[in-house]
Amino acid sequence: MKVIIGQGSCGVATGAKKTAAEFEKQIAEKNLDAVVDITGCVGTCYLEPIVDVYDDNGEMTRYVKVQPDKVAEIVDNHLANGKAVTDMAISEEDQQFIEKQERVVLRNCGIINPENIEEYIAVDGYKAIEKVVTSMTPEEVIEEIKISGLRGRGGAGFPTWFKWNACRQSPGTEKYMVCNADEGDPGAFMDRSVLEGDPHSLLEGMAIAGYAMGASEGVIYCRAEYPLAIHRLEIAMAQAREKGFLGKNLFGSGFDFDIRIKAGAGAFVCGEETALIASLEGERGMPRLKPPFPAAKGYWQKPTDINNVETLANVPWILYNGGAAFGAMGTEKSKGTKVFALAGKIKKGGLVEVPMGLPLKDVIYGIGGGIKDDKEFKAVQMGGPSGGCIPAHLIDTPVDYENITKTGAIVGSGGMIVMDETTCMVDMARYFLDFTRKESCGKCNYCRIGTKRMLEILERITNGEGKDGDIELLEELALKIKDGSLCGLGQTAPNPVLTTIKYFRNEYEDHIYKKKCTAKSCKALIRFDITDACKGCTLCSKKCPVGAISGEVKGMHVIDQDKCVKCGRCLESCKFNAITVE
Amino acid sequence: MSEKVCCCGCNKDQQFTELAPVLDKYAAVPGSLITILQKAQDIYGYLSIDAINYISEATGIKPAKIYGVATFYSQFRLKPVGKYLIMLCKGTACHVNGADIIEEAISEHLGIKDGETTKDGLFTLNNVACLGCCSLAPVMMVKSADDDETYGNLTKDSVVQVLDEIRARG
Repeated sequence: MKVIIGQGSCGVATGAKKTAAEFEKQIAEKNLDAVVDITGCVGTCYLEPIVDVYDDNGEMTRYVKVQPDKVAEIVDNHLANGKAVTDMAISEEDQQFIEKQERVVLRNCGIINPENIEEYIAVDGYKAIEKVVTSMTPEEVIEEIKISGLRGRGGAGFPTWFKWNACRQSPGTEKYMVCNADEGDPGAFMDRSVLEGDPHSLLEGMAIAGYAMGASEGVIYCRAEYPLAIHRLEIAMAQAREKGFLGKNLFGSGFDFDIRIKAGAGAFVCGEETALIASLEGERGMPRLKPPFPAAKGYWQKPTDINNVETLANVPWILYNGGAAFGAMGTEKSKGTKVFALAGKIKKGGLVEVPMGLPLKDVIYGIGGGIKDDKEFKAVQMGGPSGGCIPAHLIDTPVDYENITKTGAIVGSGGMIVMDETTCMVDMARYFLDFTRKESCGKCNYCRIGTKRMLEILERITNGEGKDGDIELLEELALKIKDGSLCGLGQTAPNPVLTTIKYFRNEYEDHIYKKKCTAKSCKALIRFDITDACKGCTLCSKKCPVGAISGEVKGMHVIDQDKCVKCGRCLESCKFNAITVE
Repeated sequence: MSEKVCCCGCNKDQQFTELAPVLDKYAAVPGSLITILQKAQDIYGYLSIDAINYISEATGIKPAKIYGVATFYSQFRLKPVGKYLIMLCKGTACHVNGADIIEEAISEHLGIKDGETTKDGLFTLNNVACLGCCSLAPVMMVKSADDDETYGNLTKDSVVQVLDEIRARG
């Protein structure tokens, strides 16, 4: 028997390592014939820790939310006596979360052991690179990618074949294939999942890309915040070298290719190509004017191609199954599948891979199960700090590059943050401006100072000090920042403000003119009161950290508004629904 | 500089003995400054002015430039940190699920704000952009010399409980 435990960062965060240790301990103690192994994240993060038990005949039972105290039941029943514990297994409904998806990028995540190359080989791993270097010309590889219609999954959606071809056409023999694994968009974690769960697919994709453009050196620029991803990549690279899948003379073809990792140091702007190159060279990660494009002059002034992790993870599948098979999925202009990171106020958060063009509704309700606590769906934020908020009435929008861009948001790297009636849209805009203001590299005045001024206005509005004309001033500044910034960070930074003004102007007006926050989230604009439903249990006054609540036992309590810091502890503690927020 | 004696009387070379092999390996490799700074921070916990000067001497890169790079990236710290570094995620999903409330709870419990260290030198609080564990929001990672541990689905009470457990460990 085999016990496989999901150990992506999300699994580990919920205690998967402790669960694994408990399995190992009990299996040893009870002297059972079972091995414990690891895998990456299967995508159903809300069910972690996830444990798959494989019987000797290969049948799998998936157990969910297996904390260490539940291990004994599985060991005693399933491992010792072959009886599955059905009430701890994944429900039919949760199974649908995975079954409704179409998995290309995540094909191996949560299935194979990412630290064992043999398991990747067993699922046809490294067959695509073998086929490519032994039987195809670089031009044929680029043609196949062109047929597939693959576009960059990092944000801009630029055709991948075009970038490869531009790099191939650039004169020179020394070229670089760089993988952008600096997944900086808050709310997106699909690249982390691939790096942790299926690192070999990325290595193989990079080798294929290197062959197509004539590069023999690959560099992975990976976020320092992802230590587990770096660790697994290092293991994968060592194993691939040992097998001869990286290094000199791949598959006897004469093609040399090797990869090294550069850990980023935490700067969102380094997702921009030229800033990333500056960072690779050990400089401050500041973008420069294009042209020359990296395909002509990139890393150390040599032709360089930069692709995102998800883009490259698609590549082995495309070369193995054919570009047409990939192109058959998705829409006319947005081919293939896309991974979305579903999070926020959603029932079932996790990674979802679906064909492009599926309506938003099918993703949020069909797969994600709808809104947490059955509250009302208000908006979904797509594209991170460069994207925007798509309101509830546009929930039938097909998720592809063109249609999402029309709403004012962008597909971006695929983060989908779901918001309900308790999320204040002005505060969301303030949150993103706070992010971009901090992350602006400071090169362009409009981005450096403009985002700060916009943030100040938004802070004023959420503090109840908004003035007539603030909305217009925000709009004016937004357009100037877009025009006056060199790189994507500044050009897109105002998007969260523009889309929230476009769809939720009433909320801005409520904040400014009525001094009211309808979502009841902006502290300066709400007050807590105790109604006559109060039984005088004194619990709230004990919980209040600032001693703002007074009253006799069994008598009605009162909140001193001058002392109240609006922390909400009284509201949480009250058992009689006697506290209101207005 | 011929006199390699620090103002406190110690020998400067000896002070950075752990860093010497790193510099042997990377000093001559172009584009390695960030890697060197990362390794130095791994060893000493932060980048002191002395460390920056030492790296400058070994690599020939001017201290001002090293300082410029060190202050550009959020990973680098110019001040010592506590034994446990609390990296509180302020990503979008965490924000929507109440990361600010968790920050308040930590600040209230430990008496420190973002970027500060407790008087006993045990905890430092750092807000970070996104840890990529969005479906477990709100999340924090606690880094120490031995381990990085991530805690998800935090509440005001659970975060205090976690901090107390760590404090009890010492």
